[in-house]
Amino acid sequence: MSQQTSVLYDHLGPKGRRNVRIGTWIGAGLVLVLIGAALIQLDQTGQLESERWAILFDPSTGVPQGLFRALLTTLRAALVAMALSMVLGALLAAGRLSDHGWVRTPVGAVVEFFRGVPLLLLILFAYLALPRLGINLNLFWTLVAGLTAYNMAVLGEIFRAGILSVDRGQWEAGFALGLRKSQVMRIVLVPQAVRRMLPAIVSQLVTLLKDTSLGFIIGYFELLRQGRSYVDYFGSRYGLQIYVAVAVFYITVNLALSMFARWLDRRTSRSPKVVAVQPLPDEVEPVLPLGRE
Amino acid sequence: MSAVLDNLDLFRSGLLTTLALSVLAALLAFSLGTLLAAFRVSPFPPLAGLGTFYVEIVRNTPLTVLWFFMALGLPLLNLTLPSFFVAGVLALGLYTAAFVCEAVRSGINAVSAGQAEAARAIGLTFGQSLRLVVLPQALRTVVPPLGNLWIALVKNSSVGSAFAITEITAVANRLANTNPADVIAVFIGAAVAYLVITLSSGLALGVLERRVVVLR
Repeated sequence: MSQQTSVLYDHLGPKGRRNVRIGTWIGAGLVLVLIGAALIQLDQTGQLESERWAILFDPSTGVPQGLFRALLTTLRAALVAMALSMVLGALLAAGRLSDHGWVRTPVGAVVEFFRGVPLLLLILFAYLALPRLGINLNLFWTLVAGLTAYNMAVLGEIFRAGILSVDRGQWEAGFALGLRKSQVMRIVLVPQAVRRMLPAIVSQLVTLLKDTSLGFIIGYFELLRQGRSYVDYFGSRYGLQIYVAVAVFYITVNLALSMFARWLDRRTSRSPKVVAVQPLPDEVEPVLPLGRE
Repeated sequence: MSAVLDNLDLFRSGLLTTLALSVLAALLAFSLGTLLAAFRVSPFPPLAGLGTFYVEIVRNTPLTVLWFFMALGLPLLNLTLPSFFVAGVLALGLYTAAFVCEAVRSGINAVSAGQAEAARAIGLTFGQSLRLVVLPQALRTVVPPLGNLWIALVKNSSVGSAFAITEITAVANRLANTNPADVIAVFIGAAVAYLVITLSSGLALGVLERRVVVLR
């Protein structure tokens, strides 16, 4: 914050520092009022009773074990979908960068279609329509199919944007050395593009992990569905506590993934092999015409 | 095919619900997100901390879980929202606000330091340099990410179908269950309805981007 705000104004004098101090106190007061109001509301409705929270930590209710099992089913679906959509996304990116129009155009249409349609619609399609086509998948593969169809298109576009963002001098030099197109791609472009696109790829993977919660709607037993069934079983008395626990699971896993990405980013950018490659900052979106969240 | 053609008015009302939900949520998201971004770059630590906390928590929570809190969690606190539609607007808006905050903040950071330094050097005050120099440039750079967020929001509104909002996906789901023979046509109809919104938004944003883009 400091190096960014400091260019916006001069070093503060005594008066400015006093104003900042006053503002800080007012801000702190505001935050405290918000927290206080929330606590009072929670207390009045009895949500803070320790007995209600104890259910999350008491193994005899089966709740902690059940939520951990559900976390594993969530991660299993997410990991399989991640692997599949990375592979298919790479193929789609290669297809869209092809020299042949008859490859480029249909692949482009497929990508734009799957990116422009909500993921939930794709999951429901896999759930309701694929059986009509004679393809019977269990719930796990239904969810994975929906997640993969959507994310392969999004990741494909991220890969493509990454490859296009590599300086043209790089592939020109590759061709000048007499490499074939596939070699330029493999040896020159992909290694640089992957490093640049790492932040965007990881944030898309975080999105994918969050989107496994849509499996709830088709009845796949992931975290949210497990939480919901506990609420049905133990009564809405424990509703808030169980939903909070579900949210905490998701937030923890996603924060860990984001921190891993930051660590990976620091590590690769230190390596002497890549000093020339500046990774794009996290927020700078690749040039995509459609939303990718 | 007939299931789609016979129910065109259902699709139309679904499309309108999706649009209403998305527009209201976008208004909430863009105003709250800009406010949070201002918090995060402000020199007041509690507000900056609040902004960071909000973004980190909400960005890492699935929209479905947030929606659950709004639709089914708040009533447990005796805070009943007037309708599922309002709960949906809140869930979508609060969720997207975290992403808007990050986009706007990165836009402010993307304005080169020389611009702000030059503004100060010619004697503009903090307010003037922010208003006349930094923000106009920042807002132009965030047009593409904000456009992406709008399109993502439209697609995310489909989660509302699980929370008693009859938007496009809910219509498709219902028609698919009542007309098993026409399932594929129904889903293609719903996909077309979404593509009408997303692709036309994409085109409009492309035009807007070319209008406002600053070459640096």
